[in-house]
Amino acid sequence: MGVFSFNYLLRRLLVFFLTIWVAATLIFIIPRLAPGDPIGAMIARMSRQEGFVENADLIIEAWRKRFGLDDPLYVQYFRFIGNTLRLDLGYSLANFPAKVSELVGRALPWTIGLVGIATAIFFTVGNLCGALLAWRRTPRLLKIMIPISMTFTSVPPALFSLLLVYIFGFLLPIFPQVGAYGRGMVPEFTLEFFGSVLYHGFLPAMSIVLVTFGFWALGMRGMMVTIEGEDYMILAQAKGLKPFYVLYRYMIRNAILPQMTALAVSIGTLVNGSVLVEIMFTYNGMGSLIYSGIANQDFGLIQGTSFILIVTSALAVLIIDLTYPLIDPRISLEGR
Amino acid sequence: MAEQSKDAAVAGGTKKAGLLNRFDNPWLNWKFLSGASIMGFIFFLIFLGNQFWDTELALAGSSPLNMPPLGFTNWRDQEGIPEHPLGTENSGRDMLALLIVGTPRTIGVGFIAATVGMGVGIFLGFLAGFVGGLVDDVIRLATDVTITIPSLLVLIVIQSVLPYIDLVTMALLISMFAWATPTRYIRAQVLSMRESGYVQMARLSGVPTRDIMYREIMPNLLPYLAASYIGNMTGAILSAVGLELLGFGPQRIPSLGVSIFFSIEAAALLRNMWWWWGIPTVILAIVFIALLLINLGLDEIANPRLRKAN
Repeated sequence: MGVFSFNYLLRRLLVFFLTIWVAATLIFIIPRLAPGDPIGAMIARMSRQEGFVENADLIIEAWRKRFGLDDPLYVQYFRFIGNTLRLDLGYSLANFPAKVSELVGRALPWTIGLVGIATAIFFTVGNLCGALLAWRRTPRLLKIMIPISMTFTSVPPALFSLLLVYIFGFLLPIFPQVGAYGRGMVPEFTLEFFGSVLYHGFLPAMSIVLVTFGFWALGMRGMMVTIEGEDYMILAQAKGLKPFYVLYRYMIRNAILPQMTALAVSIGTLVNGSVLVEIMFTYNGMGSLIYSGIANQDFGLIQGTSFILIVTSALAVLIIDLTYPLIDPRISLEGR
Repeated sequence: MAEQSKDAAVAGGTKKAGLLNRFDNPWLNWKFLSGASIMGFIFFLIFLGNQFWDTELALAGSSPLNMPPLGFTNWRDQEGIPEHPLGTENSGRDMLALLIVGTPRTIGVGFIAATVGMGVGIFLGFLAGFVGGLVDDVIRLATDVTITIPSLLVLIVIQSVLPYIDLVTMALLISMFAWATPTRYIRAQVLSMRESGYVQMARLSGVPTRDIMYREIMPNLLPYLAASYIGNMTGAILSAVGLELLGFGPQRIPSLGVSIFFSIEAAALLRNMWWWWGIPTVILAIVFIALLLINLGLDEIANPRLRKAN
């Protein structure tokens, strides 16, 4: 167990806060790039929806106050950053009296749960498959089966989820097509509800896992091959250590380290994919929230949800980076 | 003269024979070759389609609605007709024409975004690896931040605010995020190559830095760059398809992702119009698998250790 070196910690924290600042700044700038002032653009879009917008004047009032368009730009900017950092994300246009932060608070746990569990599965299964592919003692049958199971690697999760829904939700209705839990159920801590969540989450999680674990298997295999040529492997074999012990303690233990770094790098892509998968399944997480924002021209909702998801991703990366020195003590010694 | 040409022929001959007849030539990599042939075949089909099929049929209202592919029946028991062999969707677009027009659009967005991203990545990667110091620190920070942000979210925010966006603009927006991964990758490669013997040798011989970069390191990096480029293209097409699935993209003549979006909006799944969403999905899946095969093949060509493992 190493202690974090100061430089390592500082760098990671810097990246974390910089990411949040960049995200907030982008979300401040982007609406101002649109022709006209942002509220004008929003009203134009709202009126294009034809239907009557409830509480329209209240909404416009709230937005005017929030944007404070009469103030100079830098005042607007600092107020916006201040509000955003306090997680005051303003109101949702479509569900007006509701604040964006309330909606996000309800949706975020579902997304974290889905992505977290899917990540745990594909990381474990992928690395295990990769290790077995490179290991000499793996049964021949497995060495044939694993590459076949990796056929769908790199297909976008959202497209793969369409195929899964069609086959397992429509042709053979084994799994539900939509939602995160049974219709008419109330979220509560009962076994029944928990079972329903797992049942509904199976296809969405699988559409992420089945197209992703192959990447990790390939990466792991590459690392294992490199490690097999190392001198300490020859020593381990010469010492007569049990093959399984060598696989676990010598090969996987060393090969898993770059995989952790790769996981931190791939969080962004992972979130991109799961947002779309949620939309395909109408899973009530952040993805569906963004989608309803797009459908209702609800800019506050789109921006707030995106911002919180970016912060969550940055946090996940930070956590992985901070656990890394615990797994690889060399990091804390090198000081970087 | 005769001697000379014979010598040259022998030299050339052995070289050529060495390249073509040896089965351990790294470029005879089945992953690379099969991936490349799949992509080639797709482009060939698109070319044939443009020659022999009326692409005007990709416009709404040009064909009867909701026709099934040839040999199938839809929910109204209509049979597929030879005029529309892959069926039509619910605003009267011919599926075959849609595929012919839509596939190159989706791949094209990826191509533009990946090319721009790769260009910036090569420049910044070499800069960071060679100049070092503060420049390196700034570039590394920018790369880390860009990689951390899920690009799709920012792209959604942009597209939701801007009015109509054409495919080139979409590609350029995607490339705002496509430079980070290549930069990081190329920087690492440059750093490791910088310390290698032949670069040290060149430096000691007084070769200017620019020549070391472009004449010594770049050629050795080419297979890596190619693999990275294909990976980058996959990522860019992924972003493009993501945006298209949300309904951002060309509406009049939809690309593949947009037509899948239309089909979801129209509940094609429940109406069992599998040809509407299914055929574009399968084509996109094949494109992604082919790109992955090319990428893996190039990786093995660049890295002999991976090759040995097979």
